[in-house]
This record gives sequence, structure tokens and C-alpha cells, in this order.
Amino acid sequence: MNRLEYSSLYQLTRVRFMMVWREPEAVFWIFIFPILLAVGLGIAFRNRPPDVLPVGATSMQLTQALAADSDLRATQMNEVAGKHALATGDILLLVVEQAGGVDYEYDNTNPDARTARLLADRAVQVAAGQQETVQSRNQLVHETGSRYIDFVVPGLLGMNLMGSAIWGLGFAIVEARQKKLLKRMVASPMPRWQYLASFLLSRLILLVIEVVAFLGFAGLVFGVPFRGSLLELAFLCVLTSVAFSALGLLISSRARTMEAASGLMNLVMLPMWILSGVFFSASRFPAVIQPFVRALPLTAANEAFRANMLQGVGLNHLMQQVAILLAWLVAPFLVSLRIFRWR
Amino acid sequence: MSSLAPTQSVSATDAPSLLIRGLRKAFADVKAVNGIDLEVRRGECFGLLGPNGAGKTTTIEICEGLTEPDAGTVELLGLNWKSGASELRQRIGIQLQETQFPDKLTVEETLRLFRSFFRHGLSVDESIRTAQLEEKRGARIGGLSGGQKQRLAMATALVGDPELLFLDEPTTGLDPQARRHLWDLVEGLKQAGRTIILTTHYMDEAERLCDRVAIMDHGRVIALGTPQQLIATVGGEDIVEFAVSAKDGARMPEALLEPARLTAIPGVQSHRVDEALHQLSVSELHTAVPRIIAAVEEQGLHLSEFRTHSATLEDVFVRLTGRKLRDE
Repeated sequence: MNRLEYSSLYQLTRVRFMMVWREPEAVFWIFIFPILLAVGLGIAFRNRPPDVLPVGATSMQLTQALAADSDLRATQMNEVAGKHALATGDILLLVVEQAGGVDYEYDNTNPDARTARLLADRAVQVAAGQQETVQSRNQLVHETGSRYIDFVVPGLLGMNLMGSAIWGLGFAIVEARQKKLLKRMVASPMPRWQYLASFLLSRLILLVIEVVAFLGFAGLVFGVPFRGSLLELAFLCVLTSVAFSALGLLISSRARTMEAASGLMNLVMLPMWILSGVFFSASRFPAVIQPFVRALPLTAANEAFRANMLQGVGLNHLMQQVAILLAWLVAPFLVSLRIFRWR
Repeated sequence: MSSLAPTQSVSATDAPSLLIRGLRKAFADVKAVNGIDLEVRRGECFGLLGPNGAGKTTTIEICEGLTEPDAGTVELLGLNWKSGASELRQRIGIQLQETQFPDKLTVEETLRLFRSFFRHGLSVDESIRTAQLEEKRGARIGGLSGGQKQRLAMATALVGDPELLFLDEPTTGLDPQARRHLWDLVEGLKQAGRTIILTTHYMDEAERLCDRVAIMDHGRVIALGTPQQLIATVGGEDIVEFAVSAKDGARMPEALLEPARLTAIPGVQSHRVDEALHQLSVSELHTAVPRIIAAVEEQGLHLSEFRTHSATLEDVFVRLTGRKLRDE
């Protein structure tokens, strides 16, 4: 045995790492699951050519007029059949010929139906001889960075860092307490701070594998952009992971059973899954709760990841997010050091 | 085996390894430990024997510095937990009840981990050899038998080469073969001169392993001495147990058999009845037994059961408390 073998911090960290590595479920949830989720979302929200909108019309002339627009697929039908098709979603818009004009029947809360209404009206007006008064041309732009997959990958990164830190730390500590292993550890001359530090260190080792695997996959397969400094992104990942580890430590500092711990974890994580802008922007929530939403660690982490990866924003412009994460690191850690139950 | 001897020099050779004075501890309104004084000498194997709930584990955990006593003092190796905790942790070895080591780790990894906490100690190889786990060195703990897990727990207590070793119910829940295996291990440690303090609720374990035994009940020490001394207090070396019935086979109320006629027999020291089973402690078994049988027949009764055994610590406990050790 060399010197390192006799270092208790090294041994604790090594053992911690081995325990995660030998747990097939942990490996799945930490490494495989986020990639599967990204694949699923990438397929569901892949960029398709613009949809051709199905519409119906009650006369031959109208049908021909609508068919002139390549973004519409027009079918001729009588009014009764048309209303039925509208109700079942087969068409988005029914154009009914009236004396001296047309009626548009559609659901104005459906964005596609509103688009169909605009397109159909233009086609009808052009067929009736309307001239464009302002000359316009279309320049089509499909830029990486503005797709849904680009939005969701930084969110999944934040969610994954939260889950692996809180679950990884929480369950391991409560299990050790339940199996009286914690008590056995403090009955030995082990320095207590090293036990807690070993969790953070092993977390950092796993973090490298976890983040590189996930972001590497997102970059190679989906072409998700990395516009900011990679070093700063790495710093943000470490900060996020350590902050959530502190939260995990706090959650597990007194719980005696796995059931109690897992209830607490869900209580802490569920609001953030919903509010913190993983799958859709956190700015959609009402202004009243925005201060609360923005103070959550996962919101801060997701905002920072998106700013770095998608917009290339430097760390010096992300000080608010960094400060929120630091606060979430320091406060729970200090509290849990005080209230931690060793037996 | 020489590596097993404590390496630290014995400073004050006569100073006790453990000294307990006036120890008390209550949980809610249960007095778990209710005034205990004990002294354990260097090189001694000392046993705390008693039924579950007698306060053995509370006592030993106070000694191990895991529980704060309400009152009283504990001194180990001339140190106490208030001022010498970190020094003490280096010099004692502890095996707790029901510790479950992580299933996914191997025997060797676990011992490397525990070895790293101590400044001095055995090598991992030595501790594996001492616990006779050579064949399981690379095996995951999840695949070990109960006895092997218990030997691993013992190895984690030994790996720091402790001057004082605490074993809390080391064989509880093990099958007879695994128990004997563990006993052999403890005897090896005794021969190597280690001071051992163990708790058990098996009287045969205490009798076989311990130089001295304190019998505990309801948080107090009710008897203290070598197993031989304690057994001698029963009054005879052997115990005779019998039940009687009337000639027609029905069991008789014990009142029909006059106790005075039995205790009058030379060699019969005492008589008690427990659930229609008569128990005599007897010193001259070979001459007393024929007379006991004759006395029973003279009263017109029939023996339905009859057996004898050498007196044990169990009989000491029964005499002191009127209960059996494993009643609770």
C-alpha cells in the first residue's frame, strides 16, 4: 500500500464512487436516462417542413382559389359535412360561400386555425383580384440555437444535475444511517468532515462523466451549439452540482427512513421540475410568482446554462445566477452541519 | 499470531482498562442503566451477560463514547471521552450490533477503508487472515453468510490493532457452527493478550469465553465474578429437574410433594418449582439421585420426567431473578 492507500479521504471517496458505479440503477438514471430523454424530445420536436393546413370550402370556385396557396390543402364539401369535419379536426377552417361574400368558420384559440384563416382570406382576396400594395419577399431562416432541442438540452442538463446530486447524496446517507453504518463510522476515528466531503468529491468525478456524455451526445447528434466558454460552462456545472449536493445533504441530515427521505426529495424537486424552465420557459408563469421562481436554484442554473450555451454570454454577465447558486450552496450546507444526525 | 498482540507499550500495568463508576442512563422514563460500577483489568475478557433489555448495549455504547451518560464516569485506558476522544478512537476497536456494511463493496475494500482511519494498525492482509476471510477477500459483502459478515465486523474492529476491543452481541443470530467459529476467533484474540469486553445473552458463550462475567438485569449488575464463582453460588455443581404424576398418569399439583423431604436428602442444596417442574441443585449427584427417586416413590408418586445437567450461568440467573435468561 502506498501513501494514498492510507489516506482516509481517498479511501472514502473511492468507496463512494465504487458504490455508485456498481449500482446498475444509478448508472441508468445518471447516464442513460438523460440521453434517452433528449432523444425522445429530439424526435418529438424535430424540425419538419411547414405543415400544409387542411381546409374545406362549399363551392368549386372557392376550393380552387384556396388550392392556389401551396400551404393549404383544400377540399370541397357541403356545409353539413364541413361542420362535421371541423368538429372532428379533419379540417381547421371551413369557408362557406354567402351572398356577396364568405364566412370563415374556425376555432380562434387554435393557432393553426388562425393561420389557416389568414392564408385562406389572402387566397380568396387575391382570387377576387386584390393587388398587393407593398411588394414583399420571403427570406427563410432555419438557425441552430433557436430550435426546441436547443432550448431543452440546457434544461435537461440542469434537471439531471439536480436529480443525481439530491438522489445520489440523499439515498446514500439515509441508507447508511438506516443500516447503522453511519454509527459504525463515527465509532471509528474517521474525521466526520471527510465523510461528507467524500460525497462531494465522488460527485465531482461522476459529474465529469455525466456532463461530458450528455452534452457530447447533444452536440454530436443534435448539433446543439456551445457558443460560450467551455471552461465557464464547466464551472457552472460544478457550482450547480455542489449546490444541489448541499441541498441533498440538508434533506438527508435527519431522515431515518428511505420513505421519509424520498418524500422530502420529491417535495423539494417537484416544484423545480415544473417552475424552473426545464421543458418550457419559466417566464410563462405569472409575474406575481416570478421572484419566487427566479430564486430557485434550478431556475438560476437553467438560465445560466442557456445563456452560456445558446447566447455565448460570459460569466461576468451571469453574476445574479451565480450568486443565487452560491447562496443555495452555503445556507443548506451550514444548516445541515448543525443538525446532521450521525446515528 | 504475534502480530495480534497490542503494539502499544503497557504504561501503568495495573491501571484498569475500563473503570465505570455510578453510571446511569434513562431513555424517556425507562432507566436503561441504573447505577453501575465495573472494573475491567488489562488482558481480561470481560462479559456483560443478561436478557434483552437488561441495559448491556446502553452500557457498552456509553463506554464506546457513542451515548452520553446521565450520570457517572467512564475511564478507558486512563482517558475519558471528554478530553481524550480522538486519542481513544485510535486505541479502541468497536463492533456494534447490527451494522450492515455496504453490499456492493468487497471484504478487502471495506477493510482498506477502515484501516485508513487509524494511524497505526494491522495490515489489511493480517486483519483478513485473523478473521479467516482469506477466501472471501475479493467477494462482495452482499454475498457473505451471516457468520462471515460478523467476522468482517470483527476484522474492522481489529484493523486498528486496538488495546481494548468491544464486541456487542457478536454471535446473535448466527447458526451453531458459525458461533463456534467466532468463539475460536475470540479465544485466539484472548491468547494474544487483548483486553476484550463483550455482551451476550447466551450463557454458554459467556461461560466459555469470559474470564469474568457481570450478570445484568433491569439496568443493574446483579452478580459479578468468574463463571466458576458464579456457578458455585447456585450451591451445587449439578441441577436435577423432574416432574411427578399420580400412579394413574395425571400430573399432580406440586403441593403433594413435600419439599422438606427433598431438601433433607444429603447433597441437595435447594429446591424450587417452575411450571410443575421441580429443580434441585445438588452437590453429590451420584448419592443424591437414588435418594431423590426413593423419596418420590415413598410418597406414592410416579416420575414422569427426570434429567440432570451441570449447573450453568443460566441457573445463576434463574436463582437470582426467578426468570429464565431468554424469557423476554
